[in-house]
Amino acid sequence: MHQALVPTIIHGPSLRQRLAARGFDSVTLLVLPAAIFSLCLFVYPFAFGLVLSFEPKSGGWLANYERFFADSFLYETIAKTLWLAVPVTLLNLVLAVPVAFRVRLMRHQRLLTTILVLPITLGTVLVAEGLLNYLGPQGWLNRTLMTFGLISQPLKLVHNYWGVFASLVITGFPFTFLLTLSYVTGIDPALEQAAATLGASASQRFRHIYLPLLMPGFAITFCLSFVQAFSVFPSAVLLGAPAGPTRVISIAAYQAAFEEYDYSMASAIAMIMGFVQLAIVVGVLASRGLFYRGPASGAKG
Amino acid sequence: MTIALSQFDEVRLDHVSRDFGALNALRDINLTIRRREFIALLGPSGCGKSTTLNCIAGLLPVTGGAIWLDKSRVDTLRPEERGFGMVFQNYALFPHLNVRQNIGFGLKMRGTPKAEMERKVDEALRLVRLQGQENKLPGQLSGGQQQRVAIARAIVIEPPLVLMDEPLSNLDAKLRLEMRAEIRRIHNELGATTIYVTHDQDEALSLADRIVVLRDGVIRQVGTPKELYEAPAHLDVADFMGFRNKLKGRVLSHENGRAVIDVEGAKVSGIAREKLAVGAPAFAAIRPDDLVAGEPGPNALAVTVDTIEYRGREFVGTARSAGGLDFVFRSHLAVEPGAAIHLRAGDERILVFAEPA
Amino acid sequence: MIRDTTLGAKLWAAAIWALVGFFVLNLFAMIGTVVTSSFATRWLGTWLPIGWTTRWYDSAWSEFQLGDVLIVTFQVVGAVVLISGVLGVTAAYALARRDFPGKRLLVLLFLLPLLIPPITFGIPLATVLYRTGLAGTFWGVVAANLVPTVPFVILVMIPFIEQIDPKIEAAARVFGANTFKLFVHVLMPLLLPGILAALLLVLVRTIAMFELTFLVAGPTSQTLVVALYYAVFAAGVRAVQSIDAMAVIYMVTTLIWLIIALRFVNPTQIVTRAKQQPAH
Repeated sequence: MHQALVPTIIHGPSLRQRLAARGFDSVTLLVLPAAIFSLCLFVYPFAFGLVLSFEPKSGGWLANYERFFADSFLYETIAKTLWLAVPVTLLNLVLAVPVAFRVRLMRHQRLLTTILVLPITLGTVLVAEGLLNYLGPQGWLNRTLMTFGLISQPLKLVHNYWGVFASLVITGFPFTFLLTLSYVTGIDPALEQAAATLGASASQRFRHIYLPLLMPGFAITFCLSFVQAFSVFPSAVLLGAPAGPTRVISIAAYQAAFEEYDYSMASAIAMIMGFVQLAIVVGVLASRGLFYRGPASGAKG
Repeated sequence: MTIALSQFDEVRLDHVSRDFGALNALRDINLTIRRREFIALLGPSGCGKSTTLNCIAGLLPVTGGAIWLDKSRVDTLRPEERGFGMVFQNYALFPHLNVRQNIGFGLKMRGTPKAEMERKVDEALRLVRLQGQENKLPGQLSGGQQQRVAIARAIVIEPPLVLMDEPLSNLDAKLRLEMRAEIRRIHNELGATTIYVTHDQDEALSLADRIVVLRDGVIRQVGTPKELYEAPAHLDVADFMGFRNKLKGRVLSHENGRAVIDVEGAKVSGIAREKLAVGAPAFAAIRPDDLVAGEPGPNALAVTVDTIEYRGREFVGTARSAGGLDFVFRSHLAVEPGAAIHLRAGDERILVFAEPA
Repeated sequence: MIRDTTLGAKLWAAAIWALVGFFVLNLFAMIGTVVTSSFATRWLGTWLPIGWTTRWYDSAWSEFQLGDVLIVTFQVVGAVVLISGVLGVTAAYALARRDFPGKRLLVLLFLLPLLIPPITFGIPLATVLYRTGLAGTFWGVVAANLVPTVPFVILVMIPFIEQIDPKIEAAARVFGANTFKLFVHVLMPLLLPGILAALLLVLVRTIAMFELTFLVAGPTSQTLVVALYYAVFAAGVRAVQSIDAMAVIYMVTTLIWLIIALRFVNPTQIVTRAKQQPAH
């Protein structure tokens, strides 16, 4: 009778116990549905698109990419997109930083943040439609400028570069601002006070304290704002000149897929688009390594 | 010594007040701090002690009065123009700068030549005993070491005045005692004029040359630790100085600095610390140390023991009178809870205060 | 920041407020243009329309079959909210409570769809959905919209679940709750505010999600924002006022949900997960 107990002692932990010790148990399994979903609808399509891009309708396996970089109508879309996305992102960031520093002092930030979240929530299509009217030759903006005698002819602000630029500022600035604000409020105000008591002027405090602490956050803000601007689509079609200066890369991809029904080419363009974004994001994030990246709250309390 | 002291005679707060909207955070603060003095601002939270410090540092503008450094007015200057050193409650060390850069920050802002800066930072490192740690980031230091960096950073700029805002409140009890001794040592070695904010009377008593007790934005009493400990001027100061028994009664007589009050029918006599009107309510304040179990008689009150705690060398007990007054007392004998005893104190050990307004 | 009272500092502050004011003014003027136009009888070359009417709403409603579009929109949004809630909360619970090999990789996998713009992964995704015949259908649109929303719910919920002390669950077990009772009586009430906030954010984002829906929707599965895009795209065919009336209907739909959402979440959360800290 007593011997019957021995084997259970000799046996090591069961498989279940061994898995649990590494963190796998029934609770961990709850992650599976979402993981499977993500594999099917995100990873698989991406991999499928990548493979498909090397299976062109005609020609060798690189034919799609060769065609893209040989046809100026296609490869120029990269430059056109960058020419929109980079200036807009930099402008938004440069405007957002001083505003975020000022808004941080406000006691009632909520009204302003609510107003600013409006264009993000309404989305690019609505902003495009609104700006078509507002910035048009008969729109309120041109009328106001003419009333004040600032211009004699209405400015041409839609169906060109500036229309898309304006829409990217209207939706992009609040996005950049809210991100920046969350980074700026994350810094302990005592650090600035300490710098002030040590003799640092306002500009020195910004340069020596805030800037180094905020650089990693600014880098992430830049990346997120940039990829948003880089993938501009509806406003480039509706507000821009989709056959000319605002023929951005997403238009090229869309046309390949839904006008030429060449999914292979469309996938190739999407991959190029992803690659350019990735290259810029990796480049910017790599530069983060040059800066301090720990908590910005004056060390552990 | 390479860290020198600025030459000045006194810092003077002249009718300083500070309002937050309708709230008076500070009212008419007058205080003169002499060179080399160590002043503690003591009071409960919300009494205005940190506000005072922030006004002196320039982090909060004053809304009335002036602050003078000898003959020059400083309250109109920006914090960076005042040149005072400050140690913050959470240290506020720059997390992206190493120890050496943190300490040298103020000198760098002043454009100090590199060689001189190195020399002074080395001297400050030696003073706070952090040699060998200079290349670490604040996040890699212990709480006590961070505290030392914060002190070094404040004193290396040779400020006329060092401001410390509850610098020990984030440390555990043991480290707090250790750093308290360190602050005392550094002050002895350097003699820097210091204003030290704390809510802990032990810290204030052990560190300060003079203590300023604040309450509701008003100075209640200024004096040496001995003066405050032995002769608090008001009931709330006495409370802060450890007079835990406050017995409410009615004044029977008041003459020659002595007062007799009626506490639940018993006559209690003591030293009158404030003006008392016969028949008006008053409080007798007694430290637990001075309240002993004894026989009925003068200055004795009948109580019932509630709890008794063993504290090694003695017992600490709580008791309650028939009229509902609470007592804390010490005893060398173990008294049983529920026992009816008499508690008494000597005439010289009882202070009588008017009822606070 | 330390408040500064010098003249230079005041000018700087004034310049910043002027900038913010300019932005907000233009934003409201843009929205105002759409609303004014939607009620205009004729509006050409004047500050304000010649007359006012509501008939564009009738015509927009019938021309664009807005009744059907709205029903589809709410069905899509409802399905997306429910499914991303179930998938997202369960996964977030596992990720918040357990440490296992490969967890970092998994979190990265969930992070990517939020970092990569929809149009980039939307095109290969649409290709796959067309191959499988799902594209153009209701479930195809739902599936495409779930790609960013499931990770969004996961990433919003992880910190929310982490801040709930696991000892509370342990205590419930000690007092005899089985897994089901634990879930119903302890976890759900604690998680509900977080789930509500996450799902409201998903709702607002999905109504406005143009790219993914646009790439996979068919004629019977378009949402309001895609219908609006087509209307603007084909401007000239229809009266501007009619398109603007539709834009106003879209705006009202979005704003109602935004207002509801803002009762439970901070506006900043629509953009970032970072917690707002008081400045002092």
